[in-house]
Amino acid sequence: MIASLSLILLCQLAGEVIVRGLGLPMPGPVVGLLFLLLLLLARDRFVALARGPLQQDGVENASRGLLAHLSLLFVPAGVGVVQKLDLVAEHGIAVAVVLAISVVVTLLVTVATFLVASRLMSRGRSAP
Amino acid sequence: MSANPFSLWVYLSQSPLLWLTVTLLVYATTDALSLTTHRHPLANPVLHSIWIIGAFLMLTGTSYTTYFGGAQFVHFLLGPATVALAVPLYENRKVVAAAILPMLAALVVGSVTAVVSVVLLAEAVGLPRAVVLSLAPKSVTAGVAMGISESLHADPSLTAVAVVLTGIMGAIIVTPLMNRIGIADFRARGFAVGIAAHGIGTARAFQVDAVAGVFAGIAMSLNALVTSLLVPLAVTLLVR
Repeated sequence: MIASLSLILLCQLAGEVIVRGLGLPMPGPVVGLLFLLLLLLARDRFVALARGPLQQDGVENASRGLLAHLSLLFVPAGVGVVQKLDLVAEHGIAVAVVLAISVVVTLLVTVATFLVASRLMSRGRSAP
Repeated sequence: MSANPFSLWVYLSQSPLLWLTVTLLVYATTDALSLTTHRHPLANPVLHSIWIIGAFLMLTGTSYTTYFGGAQFVHFLLGPATVALAVPLYENRKVVAAAILPMLAALVVGSVTAVVSVVLLAEAVGLPRAVVLSLAPKSVTAGVAMGISESLHADPSLTAVAVVLTGIMGAIIVTPLMNRIGIADFRARGFAVGIAAHGIGTARAFQVDAVAGVFAGIAMSLNALVTSLLVPLAVTLLVR
């Protein structure tokens, strides 16, 4: 458990170092995600890597534990936002309406693009 | 027993213990409620936790800084949880690899739509320029969005509010919307909510379906990258 958490933190740390060091426009944890993914894939290829947290579902179980309550992790930042709702109130209902419409439009356009591209792909494959 | 209950409160209200306990307790309660309603969209645990805790802080006159002293331990786990997304991604790698092209298409079109739609709508209703700029990156995760907002000389705290509102709206609306229009492909549903509503949408996707969660996580991560490149460009082209 501790070793698995350490491995996750180590991936995040490496991600932060690289992002800050190279000035990349992405969050450090996303690079950390890539590192952990590469480690898991490498483990399947090289048996020598399958030790410590990378065996017997160690890091897998720790990750599932973290993700099981992903919603909880947004609460502290969310509470800070509730206290700043006056920033939105200043501009009346307009901001909320604009955000709501934009969310719906984005959801619809994204899901449609995904489905159309996926259908075109499978049609391309089934064609002789 | 303390002779003076007030001095006990003064002590506890300044300690991380109380606010960490409040955060976990309120979340545990709202999450249990969400479970008993079979994850009804309106019983979203993030939404209800933040207004209950927010009201509690207001009633007790506690500052956000004091609250965050305790809640920071939970907040810190956002980073490791993002890294942990590698595991469901790894477990579903075959499904993901088979959908690379639809994902790339949806990523580009979805990111552009998220930024352009909010900028055009905000301009149409006549919001001031500083507000339009602050709303532009609202579909990416808060840390990245605030960075973008800062680089545009907009208001990062207004951006943070817009990000959280967007996330909650997306998380609430995605299930009824997709059911209504009859989308049964959980890859597409998850990807859409990851693009439109970042981490809060992703947390919702994991509640509904594991595959949806994986695709939402990928969408959220990729969108952070695309949007930080896209917003400065869109702003130069679209904002008067």
